[in-house]
Amino acid sequence: METLADMKWVMACYCDDIPENGGACVKHGDEQIAIYNFSRRGEWFATQNLCPHKQQMVLSRGMIGSTGEACEPKVACPFHKKTFSLLTGECLSGEEFQIKTYPVKIQDGRVYIGVAA
Amino acid sequence: MSKPTIIVVGNGMVGYKFCEKLVSRSTSYKIVVFGEEPRRAYDRVHLSEYFAGKSADDLSLSAESWYDDNNITLHLDDPIQEINRTAQTVHSLKGLNLKYDYLVLATGSSAFVPDIPGVEKDGVFVYRTIEDLDLIKAYATDARRGAVMGGGLLGLEAAKALIDLGISETHVIEFAPRLMPRQIDSAGSAMLQSKLRQLGLNIHLNKSTSHLAGDHKISALKFNDDTSLAIDMLVISAGIRPRDELAKLAGLQTGSRGGIIVNEKMQSSDPSIFAIGECALYENMIYGLVAPGYEMADVVVSQLIGGEKSFHGFDMSTKLKLIGVDVASFGDAFISEPDCRTIIFEDTHKGVYKRINISNDGKYLLGGILIGEADAYNMLLQTVNNKIVLPPNPEDLILGSRGEAANEGAGVLSLPDDALICSCEAVTKAAICDAVNDGCTTVDGIKKCTKAGTGCGGCVPLVKDLIAGTMKANGQYIKNVVCEHFDYSRQELYDLVKINKLKSYDLVLDHFGNGDGCEVCKPAVASILSSLWNDVIVKQDTIQDSNDRFLANIQKGGTYSVVPRVPGGEITADKLIVLGQVAKKYGLYTKITGGQRIDLFGAHLNDLPLIWEELIDAGFESGHAYGKALRTVKSCVGSTWCRFGLHDSVSFAIEIEERYKGIRAPHKIKGGVSGCIRECAEAQSKDFGVIATEKGWNLYVCGNGGSKPQHAQLLASDIDKETLVKYLDRFLMFYIKTADPLTRTATWLNKMEGGLSYLKNVVINDSLGIGAQLEEEMQSLIDSYHCEWTEVVNSPELRKRFAHFINAPEEKDPTVKFEPMREQLKAKW
Repeated sequence: METLADMKWVMACYCDDIPENGGACVKHGDEQIAIYNFSRRGEWFATQNLCPHKQQMVLSRGMIGSTGEACEPKVACPFHKKTFSLLTGECLSGEEFQIKTYPVKIQDGRVYIGVAA
Repeated sequence: MSKPTIIVVGNGMVGYKFCEKLVSRSTSYKIVVFGEEPRRAYDRVHLSEYFAGKSADDLSLSAESWYDDNNITLHLDDPIQEINRTAQTVHSLKGLNLKYDYLVLATGSSAFVPDIPGVEKDGVFVYRTIEDLDLIKAYATDARRGAVMGGGLLGLEAAKALIDLGISETHVIEFAPRLMPRQIDSAGSAMLQSKLRQLGLNIHLNKSTSHLAGDHKISALKFNDDTSLAIDMLVISAGIRPRDELAKLAGLQTGSRGGIIVNEKMQSSDPSIFAIGECALYENMIYGLVAPGYEMADVVVSQLIGGEKSFHGFDMSTKLKLIGVDVASFGDAFISEPDCRTIIFEDTHKGVYKRINISNDGKYLLGGILIGEADAYNMLLQTVNNKIVLPPNPEDLILGSRGEAANEGAGVLSLPDDALICSCEAVTKAAICDAVNDGCTTVDGIKKCTKAGTGCGGCVPLVKDLIAGTMKANGQYIKNVVCEHFDYSRQELYDLVKINKLKSYDLVLDHFGNGDGCEVCKPAVASILSSLWNDVIVKQDTIQDSNDRFLANIQKGGTYSVVPRVPGGEITADKLIVLGQVAKKYGLYTKITGGQRIDLFGAHLNDLPLIWEELIDAGFESGHAYGKALRTVKSCVGSTWCRFGLHDSVSFAIEIEERYKGIRAPHKIKGGVSGCIRECAEAQSKDFGVIATEKGWNLYVCGNGGSKPQHAQLLASDIDKETLVKYLDRFLMFYIKTADPLTRTATWLNKMEGGLSYLKNVVINDSLGIGAQLEEEMQSLIDSYHCEWTEVVNSPELRKRFAHFINAPEEKDPTVKFEPMREQLKAKW
């Protein structure tokens, strides 16, 4: 279990690198992390870039949106439209997949993500 | 305490149905069945199929173990000889003496054999049981000429049996002046006769037989008018006689012309003895069909388990196929003016006769007769039984909505919930629709869970319509709304976006949606925006499906494929060389597509702008292989080279492809142009297909390959190029404006009310008055064409988006790996 103490903030990119209401992928060491600029909600999210369904490095190219009355933010994999919660990483298409999510903070037009220290 | 005993006398269809209904609803009785025949109850309605190849086992109503499984004692080949009502016992032929608490007589009927001299001769048969059929079959091997006495329903069935047995000359002899006198009128009979005569049946009406000639075996029929007919065998089917001899012997009241008199509870004059089926006489009527027999069985079961159900007559409407000719009679078939108004349709060319009787105020259907074509029977019967108010033009009921495709399933859904769909098993519309809603969506499934359609089978088409209609109703509700974020259909949204001149997804969502959108509504709205304004789609890249976002088709491993446009499939050697050089340089796998162009696979996201830059320099354009847009217009080589070609199909294909390239639609669109009817371009499998004729071109629309292939249908024939392009403009634009998201033209047409004839009216006759508007809208799309890849290649801002790592734009995705395959590469994943 990661705690805040084990985490460090790393700069991923500039805010305007990520298209509005869409995502892009950043490289962090050997990790591929998808960052989403949910400008419609004024929120930022980050998840693993790998879709666990067919093991494809594509989630950052997926469409984002929301579902349900609570407007849970989600991303849909461009391959087979499996959807994942951007809050919890849970698969919302009724399958037992789980993706990793990362905390995001914005400072001075820069996007920082929280990764293991 | 032991259970009370019910003895069932007779193991025919009705006796069996009684047992089936009783055991399904109560276990508090001991049931004993006596049958005269040597086999378990079988399907007598379809008896003639015995000659058409079905075995006795096929006809059996139950599995061998059914009686045991349900604790029913079955005595076959052992008719009851006597009933002792005082002691409440029955005595069987084999000597069994059994006590009963209730007795159910289901003795059925026998063939009525008129008292004509000579009926005892060899070669004279009746047509009631499998044993009768076996005898007929054995005798028929040596017979060349056969006759059936009786032109009623059963007589014609018997005639069919003789034909099936290979009797080369078959006659039907009827005493009355027409066939099927109980079911159809003279005009209907005349039509039926002419149909049956065409099929080789010899029909003799108004013939009264005086005697049967022959030594031991029959050799001829002699008639009262001194004529005669030489025959080798005769089947008598002159009516039925209720089997009431046992009841008579026991002192039960019977009718003067036969039949055990019963009340509305099916009780005979002895309250502990019931009679059901063809042996029962209710209000002076014998019900000679299986459905009322089943209803009677149901009434008795209801009485036995303390229910209240009673019998009040039964609809004797019937539909059957006689020797391949549909015959139906329903409601009050014979009522005539001035008690009603009749509408008659007669087509002696096709042998169709239809008559409907409607009330004098024109509101209700009272009954009718259908000969030669009885598809409308089920709906007509429901219209009578449910007193459905007639449409303003009741003739539509028998003529169809002239020229327009039938609207499958719509009619049946208008029936009330309690409409009896299967009268054999008393299954209502509501019961069937409920089963469909519970997931029973096949006819077999419905048969299993409701029993509908398991009797005579006549309602199966109606059951099918109900399944289709119910599913459609359910499906439409879901499909009509784009998704949870928009409470509109695509067509509504299209109009709203257009009227309000909205040009971005966010504006559309703000005005007409809720929430933050999703992967369903984003591309749907993107498609609408493109179809309306034809702006550069990558300006709103994040609402596009992945393929449209990166203007390439995403493939396994996350690489993309590149497909430049090759209009009409015509390409120069120089361009081929460029394709080869680009493929080599970027390590791409190459393959010829089904649409006559070349696909380059395995491109890294980062390489896409570089690849396209080179292709565009060489004169290529985007092929829109990634878009829900016009893909290709395939062509054959046409009159330029082909010795069969009538016109220049390649030039026309190029012209059309250039005209519609880049136009976005609810789904992909493919076309084809063939230079002659040999159809080498397979144009009839495309969304639009053009085929050269001697006089011009034929235009076909709404075909597709895919998982449910469908041929395109002819929209217009022998038209010139200009007219064809005009129709095509209107057709495509009408599709773009009205189809649901991701609906190909074929599905769009299938779901269209009125079908092809409606589409023809809109496109050719301009029935909606929107022809000019459609052409104008299409022209504005054509005028705003741009090559999407040219836009990207020329814009550093847009090029930037084609990077895998936003923080390391030069680096390619390291997880993409290739391995060799044949002489090329393939993605490894």
